Amino acid sequence: MQVFKADVVIVGAGGAGLRAAIAAAESDPAQTIALVSKVYPMRSHTVAAEGGSAGVVQAHDSFDHHFADTVTGGDWLCEQDVVDEFVRECPREMVQLEHWGCPWSRKADGHVNVRAFGGMKIERTWFAADKTGFHILHTLFQTSLRYPSIRRFDEYFLVDLIVDEGRAAGVLVVEIASGEFTLIEAGAVVFATGGAGRVFRENTNGGIVTGDGMAVAYRHGVPLRDMEFVQYHPTCMPGTGLLFTEACRGEGGVLVNRDGYRYLQDYGLGPAEDKPRNKYMELGPRDRLSQAFWHEMQKGRTVDGRYGPVVHLDLRHLGEARLHERLPQICELAREFMGIDPAREPIPVRPAVHYTMGGILVDGGCASPMPGLYAAGECSSVGIHGANRLGSNSLAELSVFGKRAGEAAMRYAREASRADSARLLQLAEAAATPARALLTGDGSERIADIRREMAQSMEEGCGIYRTGERMQATCDKLAELAERYTRVRLTDRSSVWNSEWLLAIELGYQLEVARAMAHSALLRRESRGAHQRLDGFEARDDVNFLKHTLSTRAADGVPQISYQDVKITRSPPAVRAYGAAQHAAEQAAQGGAV
Amino acid sequence: MTGQTKTVAVLRYRPEQDEAPVWQEYQVPYGDDTSVLAALNYIKDELDGTLSFRWSCRQAICGSCGMMIGGKPQLACKAFLRDYPERVTVEALAHFPIERDLVVVMDGFIDKLQKVKPYLIPREMRALEDGEYLQTPEEMDLYAQFAGCINCGLCYAACPQVGLNPDFLGPGAIALLHRYNLDSRDGGQAERMEMINAELGVFNCTAVGYCSEVCPKMVDPANAVNVNKMNSARDYFFRFLRPAPKQGGCR
Repeated sequence: MQVFKADVVIVGAGGAGLRAAIAAAESDPAQTIALVSKVYPMRSHTVAAEGGSAGVVQAHDSFDHHFADTVTGGDWLCEQDVVDEFVRECPREMVQLEHWGCPWSRKADGHVNVRAFGGMKIERTWFAADKTGFHILHTLFQTSLRYPSIRRFDEYFLVDLIVDEGRAAGVLVVEIASGEFTLIEAGAVVFATGGAGRVFRENTNGGIVTGDGMAVAYRHGVPLRDMEFVQYHPTCMPGTGLLFTEACRGEGGVLVNRDGYRYLQDYGLGPAEDKPRNKYMELGPRDRLSQAFWHEMQKGRTVDGRYGPVVHLDLRHLGEARLHERLPQICELAREFMGIDPAREPIPVRPAVHYTMGGILVDGGCASPMPGLYAAGECSSVGIHGANRLGSNSLAELSVFGKRAGEAAMRYAREASRADSARLLQLAEAAATPARALLTGDGSERIADIRREMAQSMEEGCGIYRTGERMQATCDKLAELAERYTRVRLTDRSSVWNSEWLLAIELGYQLEVARAMAHSALLRRESRGAHQRLDGFEARDDVNFLKHTLSTRAADGVPQISYQDVKITRSPPAVRAYGAAQHAAEQAAQGGAV
Repeated sequence: MTGQTKTVAVLRYRPEQDEAPVWQEYQVPYGDDTSVLAALNYIKDELDGTLSFRWSCRQAICGSCGMMIGGKPQLACKAFLRDYPERVTVEALAHFPIERDLVVVMDGFIDKLQKVKPYLIPREMRALEDGEYLQTPEEMDLYAQFAGCINCGLCYAACPQVGLNPDFLGPGAIALLHRYNLDSRDGGQAERMEMINAELGVFNCTAVGYCSEVCPKMVDPANAVNVNKMNSARDYFFRFLRPAPKQGGCR
């Protein structure tokens, strides 16, 4: 086994991991940072984010508005103190990205432009056409090259976290090209491994989005928080699940059913008007829009497409010039993958799994309960998304909290005493054993079968609307799959670029995360944000469930569910309203507020 | 998918068992929207778990799945079985060493990207408190196209000069260099000029233009290379007329 000694090791080199690496390097250039990624950094899934990143910039906007949109959007399951800090740091981080070269779209006077997004009172989404994640990721990757203390481990795969006397002391990784194990010792570990949307069948995520860091932390006793909250993005490509950004609607696109009717007005989001209006209709939040699709489907008002029911995203009225300026990638996706020109035809869309609101439990400083382990970005639950993430908060999150995690990890590493190398090596050897066993396992189960059945079962039990019966069936199915997983047989036993082996390890991670999601969902007997039930728990229940769910893994692999209070500082739970209803509620509040 | 199938012939190479690459054929069911990537994943899941290839986003933005499809460098996610005859060939990207099957060694390519100082070298420093640098849409348009490179490597597989001389900086890296040189916020052009002028710089290019033809994002790296030939020639000429300028700002 190879050994590399770092001061801080960061796993994941998407937006959050790169931002963490740069922050760590800037805070102490004399320390060594190991940056591990199972793909070359610019392949990380941040690359696929399209619409933009939030940051208050307009004079008539305010931190209070961004706070309120975020907390309301999250159906009051947000850590309000963390949200407050977050919204204040967003603009500075967006400017930082600009100083590093990010090509934000501009106004004629040269200042950065912002666009409207769903669930937002005032426009505050910074954007780089409709390739914002791509540009942020490339900007961060290229900027990271300036820091010689960042030592990259590209195409190294996370096998385990090395925990010594309760403290994170490094990671065990495998070099994909050779199949060789490497122990990376470190004073602190940052996980920035992204989400887990691939546990569902139809999703917007890249193949690499398999919950690796979540599962590894979870196996070591770190709780996963709020895992039942999985965001369905309302406008995705049928069949593949590829994303048509919310910016389509931010720019003025409308959603219509089989009758050409803007059906969102029937679901508390109206009235329908010709011009887009913030927090109305198509600019409502993602959970509500995906739920409205489901209802239209029940009513038989969707269109029958080759991959099932769809509605139409109509962009034609925006005109070709604006479409090509603001939404070039959307045009390319529609043209290349569906043979549709959005300037001439509406795009058939349906909801697909997009984002994991929950993740590794961390405080506002990105520290997990395990000393030395930090997390940032989609793999973490820092508390800003609650039960439904506000669009364009995730790119802002990876900047704000990636930076925090990198700095916090560096501070910790500089003060922490180092574990004994010989002991770490022993721990690493032990951690390599299950991975080696997987390679030579003699069972009869195929990983592709287990993966397919898992994804199907998650869709059936943990989709847009849920019932206790179906969630229980999914929990049972996942237990069966976890058992079958112990009898997996690989057809490839080679060392060099054995991707079947990596897929098998990833499948093990996915099953852990899926079980945490399904069990967390089953026990939340209310409806809130992205967790909506049809079996007698249709309403939000603040008396019993204004609480975070914590899922902790028992020795037998079954998630143990407990609850944690939500930090409410200045926004007590209220009716979550959009459209005219929200306007009326605001007026009433202004009239009678203290 | 309908009941019809096509033959996908993949050039396999497993260094632990194959002395040289060998063709292997698979029968893959397809519909009119089946991408080559979807076909490879079908093979991986249903027919042969030992086939290795890189992929992730499925939407032509992560740059992972570059390979030779029907003999031409393409992204597997953006090439469709419908567009090929009964038998479509799939091979590792040309001009890169094969690591295994469709996976090539990217190290040299990544090194070249890193070498061109592909980051903003500010023309003037600015504190975060002072907000963003101003840049008009017209100024942004100058480099926007070159900022669209996804680092997929297709242009290297297309470039005959990369094939002849693997050390040639190559189209993608030069496009990236050009992207920063054209950015109104940047003042690092002089620092990057060495790479352009160097023995392995722009003059290796013989202006075939195939790099731009295969580019999946319309970056047009050939344009970047040719503009830099002029820049390099001008730089060379001016060196005789006056002492070398100080690094950091000769725009």
